[in-house]
Amino acid sequence: MQRRVVFNNRILPYFLLLPQLIITTIFFFWPASQAIYQSVLRQDPFGLRTTFVYLDNFRDVLSDPLYIESFQVTIVFSISVTLFVMTLALLFAVMADRQIRGAQTYKTLLLWPYALAPAIAAVLWVFIFHPSIGIIGKSLNAGGLHWDYKLDGGQALLLIVVASSWKQIAHNFLFFLAGLQSVPIAVVEAAMIDGASAWKLFRTILFPLISPTTFYLLTINLVFAFFDTFGVIHALTGGGPGRSTTTLMYKVYMDGYVNLNLGISAAQSVILMLIVSALVWIQFRYVEGKVHYS
Amino acid sequence: MKRTILFVLILLAVLFVACAPAPTPAPTAAPPTKAPEPTKPAAPAPTATTPRPTPPPGRITVEFWFGLGKPLGDVLEAVVMDFNKSQTKYYVDPIFKGAYVDTMNAAIAAYRAGKAPHIVQMFEVGTATMMAAKGAIKPVYQLAKETGVNLDSKIYIPAVRGYYSEGENMISMPWNSSTPMMYYNKDAFKKAGLDPEKPPKTWTEVRAAAKKLVDTKATACGLTFEWPTWTQLENFSALHNVPLATKTNGMTGMDAELKFNSDLHIRHLQTLMDMTKEGSFKYGGRDGAATVLFPSGECGIIHASSAARARIKNESKFEWGVTFLPYYDDVKGAPINSIIGGASLWVMNSPGRTADEYKAVAEFFAYISKPEVDARWHQETGYVPITHGGNDKTKADGFYAKNPGADLPYQQLTRTQPTENSMGLRLGNMPQIRIIVYEEWEKAFQGQQTAKQAMDNAVKRGNEVLREFEKTYK
Repeated sequence: MQRRVVFNNRILPYFLLLPQLIITTIFFFWPASQAIYQSVLRQDPFGLRTTFVYLDNFRDVLSDPLYIESFQVTIVFSISVTLFVMTLALLFAVMADRQIRGAQTYKTLLLWPYALAPAIAAVLWVFIFHPSIGIIGKSLNAGGLHWDYKLDGGQALLLIVVASSWKQIAHNFLFFLAGLQSVPIAVVEAAMIDGASAWKLFRTILFPLISPTTFYLLTINLVFAFFDTFGVIHALTGGGPGRSTTTLMYKVYMDGYVNLNLGISAAQSVILMLIVSALVWIQFRYVEGKVHYS
Repeated sequence: MKRTILFVLILLAVLFVACAPAPTPAPTAAPPTKAPEPTKPAAPAPTATTPRPTPPPGRITVEFWFGLGKPLGDVLEAVVMDFNKSQTKYYVDPIFKGAYVDTMNAAIAAYRAGKAPHIVQMFEVGTATMMAAKGAIKPVYQLAKETGVNLDSKIYIPAVRGYYSEGENMISMPWNSSTPMMYYNKDAFKKAGLDPEKPPKTWTEVRAAAKKLVDTKATACGLTFEWPTWTQLENFSALHNVPLATKTNGMTGMDAELKFNSDLHIRHLQTLMDMTKEGSFKYGGRDGAATVLFPSGECGIIHASSAARARIKNESKFEWGVTFLPYYDDVKGAPINSIIGGASLWVMNSPGRTADEYKAVAEFFAYISKPEVDARWHQETGYVPITHGGNDKTKADGFYAKNPGADLPYQQLTRTQPTENSMGLRLGNMPQIRIIVYEEWEKAFQGQQTAKQAMDNAVKRGNEVLREFEKTYK
């Protein structure tokens, strides 16, 4: 039973949409179209010589084993970050949702990391985990564990996964907490009267009821891991050692900004745009069908 | 509630402890390009504390975009302001644009928008890109010809001039140039039973000294180096008079091919890998990330820029010495002169530029080439003097007597006439090639590939970059 609201004014809706449309056009459609245009050109940085090369850039990118390597790094990275963030954020939210003393303080403290810019967060992590000057990094080495993320690819990847997740947990925590608090108290109480254990309560009542939140966060986290982790990678590892932390996003930056290879970089942006669009589409198409909206 | 407060306090304490012992500049948060090494606590420039002065009306004003952070940038601004004071007609407006790579991107974007600055400071590895951008830049020799200002290329030291010249013609204006040196911890040397007045000269001696430092626990690590490719590949090749690439290291043609997978290059990487294994060498990361390991006392020996001198002087709590870079003594003729790093100044074209504006640029270039200006630049920053006059003036000032070892970079750069392997290099997309070498070396240091595989891969991938560059400019 849906009530439809019909506007009689034909112009007003467009007028109300206009600010958002302008912003989207300026900050998305226009640059995106530029990227698509640039991706079929070979051009020197100054724009003095331009050749139209059809899809050569895409062919070069997709046949480049290093691009495939970055692809793998990105997949491992994104899945790790998403899993790590969501598990911990949910755990924290469930814990903080209970009636405990100082709940407000815990909530506030858990939100702090979100207020930090990624680059600043990364610098903090440097001070903690740098093998020779970081407080934990130094103790790890003193304790006999060989910790050197500048030379150990696995450790470097682990570090940026943890650092990126740490940043994102606060955001997820907030949404999970809001989700949990919107679960009708009557349902919870009824279950408790029936003698449901805490785990059973969570598994059969809370978790299904917050599934829209979970679904939303899944999408947001994947997009975050793909696009928004540049600052952390740039400040912590710079894509190294070797190429062990060069994600697709970081490669776009390196090829475009440092290597000044605009065509190749633009082609990668276009591919990245397609990948993320596809991801979001798949999620809405298939995962959403299984989500329970109350 | 009490418990909550206690918890917050503990958390704050932990955060404080976590942040406190860190040294001032974030060592790994270095920008991807060559960041200026903090040097001498340059005499606070009068212009640094006040907001940037606006150009006086009626003067012909040119924009100068630079990429040197504090404190080096302060010295640069002070030099520019002194030029402005000496002038009634022209005015140079210095504008900081971030790290070198940011300055480069800003200049490129500005050129494409028709708003290029008159002068832009560009790191040495961007030289090939700038030279290839015919039309976007005005070569210095042409500037001199057009404006009638005398910019005689002969006054600059050959190792500097050669890097930025095509044949006899100077294309960009030399400015901040440095060269890598070997710094060593004299206290640690004493503790290890090494003679602090007789620093190691050859790689065999360096390795032995580094091993002894570690074995006697005088330092936790023996040797490290900053700017790994600049110190261990580009300068290594020059010192041993072996080519980095064909076509005079790319200076005489865009079709150059990389040659740094020779036996000597492989042997050197093998030495470093062996030293990693025995614990006498520590790879400190890309670009300038390793610099901190020396003043902190962790590594007893470092290969670092001459412009790192003042940082080492300020931050080290021990006696230290400086000497020439080591070499393999069984290589015939080694060592010859080293090569420079740093940046030069480029004149950019833009629609609507007037002859007067070019004249202003030329006058500024003539000013910074004066012996007294060059000497001041050298003494306050740690960059090498770019002119013979600047060096003579510094000597006459008695600067070297007061700062022993400060003259060694100049000596190392000028000890022989540059050969075609030690003139410099000009390879397209050199920053990208440097990153490729980092990647391959890091894999080798992790034990994922042999020295030969690393050098072969780096050459193969680097050549692809060069061919791509060549294709772009065809």
